[in-house]
Amino acid sequence: MGNTPRATRRYSTRSPLVGYLLRRLGTSVLLLFGVTVVTFALANLVPGDPIAAALGEGAASNPATVEAYIQERGLDQPLPVQYANYIGGLLQGDMGISLRTTQPVAEDLAKAVPATVEIALLAIIVSLGVGVALGSLAAYRRGKISDQLVRVFSLIGLSIPTFWMALVSFNFFFLQLRIAPGAGRLSPILPPPPTVTGFHTVDSLLAGQWVTFTDALAHLMLPVFVLSLFTIGLLTRFVRTSVLEVLDADYVRAGRAKGLSGSRLLFGYVLRGASLPILTIVGLAFGVLLSGTVLVEAVFAWPGLGSYAYNSATSLDLPGVMGVGLVVGVVYLTINFAVDLLYGVLDPRVRLA
Amino acid sequence: MRKRWPKIPAAWITPLGVVGAVIAVVWVGIAFTARLWVPFEPLAQDLPRLQSPGIETLMGTDALGRDIFSRLMTGASVTIPLALMLVLMSLVVGTLIGALAGYFGKWVDELLMRLTDLVMAFPTVILAMVVAAALGPSLFNAVIAAFVVSWPQYARMTRSIVLGLRTQNYVMAGRLMGFSPFKTLRVDIAPNVVGPILVLASLDVGTAILLLSGLSFLGLGAQPPTAEWGSMISAAIQNFDSWWIGLFPGLAILTVVMAFNFVGDSLRDIFDPTSQVSRAGARS
Repeated sequence: MGNTPRATRRYSTRSPLVGYLLRRLGTSVLLLFGVTVVTFALANLVPGDPIAAALGEGAASNPATVEAYIQERGLDQPLPVQYANYIGGLLQGDMGISLRTTQPVAEDLAKAVPATVEIALLAIIVSLGVGVALGSLAAYRRGKISDQLVRVFSLIGLSIPTFWMALVSFNFFFLQLRIAPGAGRLSPILPPPPTVTGFHTVDSLLAGQWVTFTDALAHLMLPVFVLSLFTIGLLTRFVRTSVLEVLDADYVRAGRAKGLSGSRLLFGYVLRGASLPILTIVGLAFGVLLSGTVLVEAVFAWPGLGSYAYNSATSLDLPGVMGVGLVVGVVYLTINFAVDLLYGVLDPRVRLA
Repeated sequence: MRKRWPKIPAAWITPLGVVGAVIAVVWVGIAFTARLWVPFEPLAQDLPRLQSPGIETLMGTDALGRDIFSRLMTGASVTIPLALMLVLMSLVVGTLIGALAGYFGKWVDELLMRLTDLVMAFPTVILAMVVAAALGPSLFNAVIAAFVVSWPQYARMTRSIVLGLRTQNYVMAGRLMGFSPFKTLRVDIAPNVVGPILVLASLDVGTAILLLSGLSFLGLGAQPPTAEWGSMISAAIQNFDSWWIGLFPGLAILTVVMAFNFVGDSLRDIFDPTSQVSRAGARS
């Protein structure tokens, strides 16, 4: 690298992007390391008594049991050694045993992840669609009554406690109106489709089970609606700002001067120009959605990460809670890394700079 | 500066801001006086159980025969002061850290900003949940957990403002006159930070209330029998048919959070120059 003439380095199409990606990858790996330090520290160093928490009060009153546990888990070792053991365990998929389900946390979580990813993906698609539509509308009609209405609507979306909205909408649409299906991912009479992706909607389509597909989709509606309210508010506000910024730009004015049609201008010019900042906020919105599932899934008895976190938290199952924290932290980091990658690929200033 | 305080410029008075301010003031008033005028003792369990809303019990009773209206009103005195305290705490600590990082730069900056990176590597509710669970379930620990996740945003914002100002001529002039770092921060830099931070803080009150009640909903915050909105909603899950148990506490959270968001959003139009004339990209 050092001997490469400056000019070729500057204008080659690959190396700057690769450098950018490597830098991003480095940051993500460092943060991943940090995430494990945080969960390790919280599980082992907090003022409470982690041993009593792990064994339950009855077993913790027996000194022999406590001693055996300390030996088994290597808790008499120095902290760096304990941490190394912890990482070693993680790499082999050992996240401890859940006190609530008495199963390995890793196995429980592996079962729960697809259900949550399915809900989060659908919610992000819905939020992006509605958010871009409302945000563009507000920006185009800046200062008009529709702009004000969108503003109030999105602020209310940002103010709704999602766990309450889940409860209220379940009560109203299922128990009162009977137009929404009940809890869970499928109606009890239907067997789950053969697992390919873990998403019931996709799997049922792949297996050609049309009835199962519509049932799975119907079960997704309400949770996705509740989860999306906050992110719709978030995205709407952000899209409005981003679109406003490009609306005054010279290239949009040039497009308008050329006499381009409204939709051509909106999709080919305005939204294309605003897409990069919007992409950034999508990563953030994913974090909000993952947080939201913890508060929402339990109400719908949706067997995902969120329900698992809720049940672990309410029954004070520390290994379970830490497992969720770790997995969500890793998922969130991965998503933000993917957003950065996409950003680097899409933005010529990053690609070629 | 303080002398101009009572006079509110006309441009500040927007419908949204006024509506928000009125609702917020009403709720804060309720929070501080509720215990004096609620019709029933919020912890007393001597009413008929699961009674639907009526003339005597405005919002019905819960599964233990407690008056929901009384619990709701006194619940304001749990959540609102705690949320305000939490925001104040995050604001002070976050702003100080951000100012130090931005002003001193080098390793101080590096260290403090990697710390904020670490906190921001988790979705907020998830990290707060993990911290609260590790510390053990109590309202106090929930506030600590919420604090852990909420100070970095203040640090980030303050740092970026301070970084931009540090090399400005008037700040340099002050330093050449022999101002100490703290005097520079206080006299030359602080006035520029106040507006944006105030906007952030007013929007953050809503976030804090959502976070604290969410943690209580998860059983990691307020413990029974405390009358707290999040845990009241949590109790409603066991009594799906009695819709009034969960409906009203949620409406309380919604209206308070909305009020502070309305105020914060109106303040943003006034204070935050970036929301009006921002030309820079989202990331810089």
